[in-house]
Amino acid sequence: MESNKDYISSLLKDIQAETREVVLMEVCGTHTMAIAKSGIRNLLPPNLRLLSGPGCPVCVTAQGDIDAVIDLAERPGIVLVTFGDMMRVPGNKSSLQEARSRGADIRIAYSPLDAVEIARQNPEKEVVFLGIGFETTAPAVAISAEKALQEGLKNYSVLSLHKVVPPALEVIFSDPDIKVDGLICPGHVSIVIGLEPYIKLAQNYHQPCVVTGFETLDILEGIVMLLQQVRQGQAQAEIQYKRVVRPEGNLVAQETLKKVFTTVGARWRGLGFINNSGLEFSQQYEELDARKKFAIPEYEDIPIKGCACGDVLTGRITPHECPLFSRACTPINPIGPCMVSHEGACAAYYRYKIT
Amino acid sequence: MCLGVPAKVVEFVEGQMAVVDVDGNQVNISIQLVPDVKIGQYVLVHAGFAMDIVDEDWAKETMQLLKQLQPQPQ
Ligand code: SF4
Repeated sequence: MESNKDYISSLLKDIQAETREVVLMEVCGTHTMAIAKSGIRNLLPPNLRLLSGPGCPVCVTAQGDIDAVIDLAERPGIVLVTFGDMMRVPGNKSSLQEARSRGADIRIAYSPLDAVEIARQNPEKEVVFLGIGFETTAPAVAISAEKALQEGLKNYSVLSLHKVVPPALEVIFSDPDIKVDGLICPGHVSIVIGLEPYIKLAQNYHQPCVVTGFETLDILEGIVMLLQQVRQGQAQAEIQYKRVVRPEGNLVAQETLKKVFTTVGARWRGLGFINNSGLEFSQQYEELDARKKFAIPEYEDIPIKGCACGDVLTGRITPHECPLFSRACTPINPIGPCMVSHEGACAAYYRYKIT
Repeated sequence: MCLGVPAKVVEFVEGQMAVVDVDGNQVNISIQLVPDVKIGQYVLVHAGFAMDIVDEDWAKETMQLLKQLQPQPQ
């Protein structure tokens, strides 16, 4: 324990000695929460800034897609199964929670396999799993789809709003308005995708990328690794979170994704439409595609009035700079998804009183 | 949602599933994404699936931490 303490203070010393203006972005919502909780921000020199990026899957879901989900849940005969995080996300008319109180059959599951079980037990209903998440979650959903297909369950489908992270990072790096000097890369997404996508990003955009874990020590170590590269003018992809992430990633998960999904263009809150950033069922699995099965049209993105989530998600502003933050918008009465989600930057700033 | 919890594999069950121990609670998860996992190893669990085999010492330390650090909402 003592040696840990010494090590942490030596990392902090290194970080505090930085005199350049450096902006690092943490891509992952779990990092946003972990950084807020640890109080690391208060220990950084003022010239070193940490920005939150587009790494909260609930937050980056486009407003039009949320409205589509809520309308689907209200159709008769539908059971919508979702992760708990989605329940309070505001749509233009209501949230899923409000839809449920009006009588829609919406159930919270921990795993997509629970949704398959619900389908088995309710053959007279159409069970739709709401597929939201990045490369960490999508393989689990893909396997649920395979299971349903193997078992010949005809009443299970998935509304896939899954997204993949690297194309969004390209958008961030290409935007002249967003100034970032290095990326704290998502630990859990990288378990699946490995280091390769970051090697390309680091090369193409000359940005150091470090895949980092979620303990305070991990994050400090990740920051030091990034600063070392910044100081030396390097741009490499490295793994700090070696005890979990392998350079090649999880090959079984990658294969599963490739088999079940194809990449398509997708809309992101804040980042707009990004080519090859969404996952749609491949032809072989088409019958599981809820979008096709229920002929769900493309909903227009009607922005939530006053909510600046899109700018928060791209690091253009910090949550404080949104005029509604902690005034009209709080976790009890959230206006946008960045305040609803446990991984949202606004929720993190509010909960841990970051000033 | 992206939170990964380490868990010890206790027993294999049919259908590429396993019973894992998370801090004294036994949970059924799928091991389809880590087909090489062995009994006694630790895995990182996400959305009911083992995502990866993780270092044992680290897993134990994290479980200890999780026990101490209950979330501290406002
Ligand atoms: S504080 Fe609320 S309204 Fe403002 S950006 Fe965040 S979620 Fe949107």
